[in-house]
Amino acid sequence: MAGSSEAQIDLTPAMNLEPVALLDWLIVAPVAWCILVGTILLMVRKNTARHHFIAIPAMGVQVLITGALLAQIVINGPTTMVMGRWLPPFGIAFTVDILGAVLAFVAAVVALACTIYGVRDVNSSGRRYGFYSFFFLLMAGVSGAFLTGDIFNLYVWFEVLLIASFGLLILGSEKGQLDGATKYAFLNLVATTLFLIATAYLYGIFGTLNMADIALKIAQSDGTLPLNTVAGLFVLAFIMKAAAFPVNFWLPASYHTPRVVVSALFAGLLTKVGVYAILRVYTMLFSLQREALEPTVNIDALSFAVAIVACLTMVLGSVGALAQTNVRRLLGFLVVSGIGVMLMGVAIGTEAALGGTVFYALHSILVMTALYIAAGMAAKMCGGAEDMTKIRGIYQKNTLLAAITLMLFFAVAGLPPFSGFWPKLMLVKASIEGAPWWAPFSILLTGFLTTIAVGRVWALSYWKPADEGSEDKNEKTELAVTDLVPLVGLTIIVVGIGLFPQTVFELAYQSAEQLVNPTAYIESVFGSEVVE
Amino acid sequence: MEAWMAVVVGALFSVSIYLMLSKHIIRILIGAAILGNAVNLLIFTNGRLTREVPPIIGADESILSAQAANPLPQALVLTAIVIAFSFFAFLLVLGYRAYQELGSDNTDEMRVAEPVDDQTPPLGY
Repeated sequence: MAGSSEAQIDLTPAMNLEPVALLDWLIVAPVAWCILVGTILLMVRKNTARHHFIAIPAMGVQVLITGALLAQIVINGPTTMVMGRWLPPFGIAFTVDILGAVLAFVAAVVALACTIYGVRDVNSSGRRYGFYSFFFLLMAGVSGAFLTGDIFNLYVWFEVLLIASFGLLILGSEKGQLDGATKYAFLNLVATTLFLIATAYLYGIFGTLNMADIALKIAQSDGTLPLNTVAGLFVLAFIMKAAAFPVNFWLPASYHTPRVVVSALFAGLLTKVGVYAILRVYTMLFSLQREALEPTVNIDALSFAVAIVACLTMVLGSVGALAQTNVRRLLGFLVVSGIGVMLMGVAIGTEAALGGTVFYALHSILVMTALYIAAGMAAKMCGGAEDMTKIRGIYQKNTLLAAITLMLFFAVAGLPPFSGFWPKLMLVKASIEGAPWWAPFSILLTGFLTTIAVGRVWALSYWKPADEGSEDKNEKTELAVTDLVPLVGLTIIVVGIGLFPQTVFELAYQSAEQLVNPTAYIESVFGSEVVE
Repeated sequence: MEAWMAVVVGALFSVSIYLMLSKHIIRILIGAAILGNAVNLLIFTNGRLTREVPPIIGADESILSAQAANPLPQALVLTAIVIAFSFFAFLLVLGYRAYQELGSDNTDEMRVAEPVDDQTPPLGY
C-alpha cells in the first residue's frame, strides 16, 4: 500500500535523485575521515607505542584531502553537498566557499605539526587515555564547523570540538589542569548555550536554519525584522568562544595548564573557530541587506560595539602579556590580543578589512601554534620551568631554537618580513579609511606593546646566559627530530608567507569578496535561478 | 499558550542566571542544567505550539497541513537534550574531581592555575 502511493509522488522538488558527483564527496571527507581515524585510534588505544604510526600518516591524508578540496573550490567556486539527498533547506547542507576551505586546510597543516610534536610530548598514559582519539575528534569538529552551511549543524560541531577539547585539557588530571578545565568548561558551555538561544530565535523568525536560505529571506524582507537583537546574541556567544575582552577570562586561566601540544593546538584553532563563526553570521545576517539598503554606511551600532570590543581586546591582551612571567600564560594573552585585531576587520566590514581578518586568522593559526611548540621546547631544555626568570641561556644551549623563536616573536608582533606584517598592514589601511582614528591607533599600539612583551622574553630567557654558579651549565642541547620537524616546518611557512604573500593575499581577498557578496554561495545551495 | 510558555522560559532563565552568579561550582552546575532546559523550551516554543494534530501527511495530500505540529523543533530539542545531558555528566564529574583535588568548590579559592601571589616580570636585564 505504501509502495503504491510513494510511486505517485514526485520527489524531485525535495530530493536530489542524481548520484553525488565524485569530487563533491571531498566536502564531507575531512569530517568523515577524522571521525573514522579517531574511532580506529580508540580501538587500538592500549597499543600506545603504535599510535603515532597511525596518527601521523592519517593527518597527512587529512592535509591532502583539505588541500584537494581547497583546489577544487578555488577552481569551481562554492560547492554544496546535501546530507541524505534532501535538498536544502530541508536537509543539512555542507556548503564550502574559499574561506571555509582555506581555514580547514591550514587547520589540518597545524594539526599535522601538532601530531608530530605529540610523539614526545604525550607519554604512554596520556595516549592510553585517548590523546590521539580526542585529537582527531577535535579536528572533526573544527573541520565540520568550517565546512557546514547550516546554523544548527554549526552548533553541533561546536559541541563536538568542545567535548573533545575537554578531554584533551584534563589529560593528566593535575591540580592546575582541573582548575583551568573547570573554568574553561563552564564558560564555554555558557557560550555555546547562548549560541543555541540565538539559533532558536533565528529559527523563530525565519523558520529555516540553512544559512543561504536565511540570507535570501533577509534580502526579500522589508527591513522590519529584529535582526540586530539576534545578531547581538550571536556576536556575544561567538566573542565568548573567541575570547574577546569582556568575556575572555577563561582563556588565560586554562591555556597554560594542559600539555604543550594541547595548548598549541587550542591556541591555533579553537578561538579562530569563534572568529570564523562571527564572519559567517555577519555575512548571513547583514551582507545582502547592507548592499541593498545603504551601501555606503558600514559602521552601524552593532559594528561600532564590535569595534570597541576589538580595541579593548587587542590593547588589554597585549597589556596582560606585559604583566606575565609565565611564558605560556603570556602567549595566552597574545592569542587574546590577536583576536581583537581580527574583530576590528569584522567591525569595519569592507572587503579589504575582511580580507585582512582572514589573512590575520591564517597567520595567527600558524604562528600561535609554532610559538607554543617553541616555548614548550625551551621549557623542556630548562627542566620544565615555564617562568621567564627560570628559563635561561637558550641561545647558548641551542642557537637554532633561539633564532626560530626570535622569528616567530617578530611575526606575532607584526614586524616585516614575517607573516604578521601583511594582514596588519591591510587592517591598518582599511581602518584608516573606514573607522575612527582610535582603530588604526590601537592596532599599532598593540604591535608596539607586543614587541616589548616578546622582546623582554627573548632578552631574558634566550639571550641572557644562565647565572654563574647555578646548576645550569649552558651546555649545548640537541633537539629531537619529532620536536624540530613541526617547528621548522611551521616557521618556514610563516617566513614564506612573509616573503611571498601573493597567494595568501589572493585567497584572503577572494574569501572576503565571497563574504561581502554571497551570491555565489547562495547559488551553490539553491541553483542559479533563485538569485536574480 | 505561547505567551505563557514565554513566561516559563523567562522564569527558568532568571533562576539559572541567579544560580550561575554564585561562586560555588555545584550551584553553577545546577544553573547550567536549568539553562539547558530553558533553551530547549525556547526552541520548542519558537517552532509553533500545537496540540492534537500530529505531523502526518495523509494519503491524498502532498504537504503537511498548516495546523499540524512542527516536527523540526523536536529534532533540534532532542539533539540539544543529548548534548546538554552529556555535558552535565562531564561537568558533574569534573566539579567533583576538582573538589577532591583542590579541597574547595568555591571558585574564589580555586587559584592553582592562576596563583594570587604571582610575581611580576623583572624590569631590568
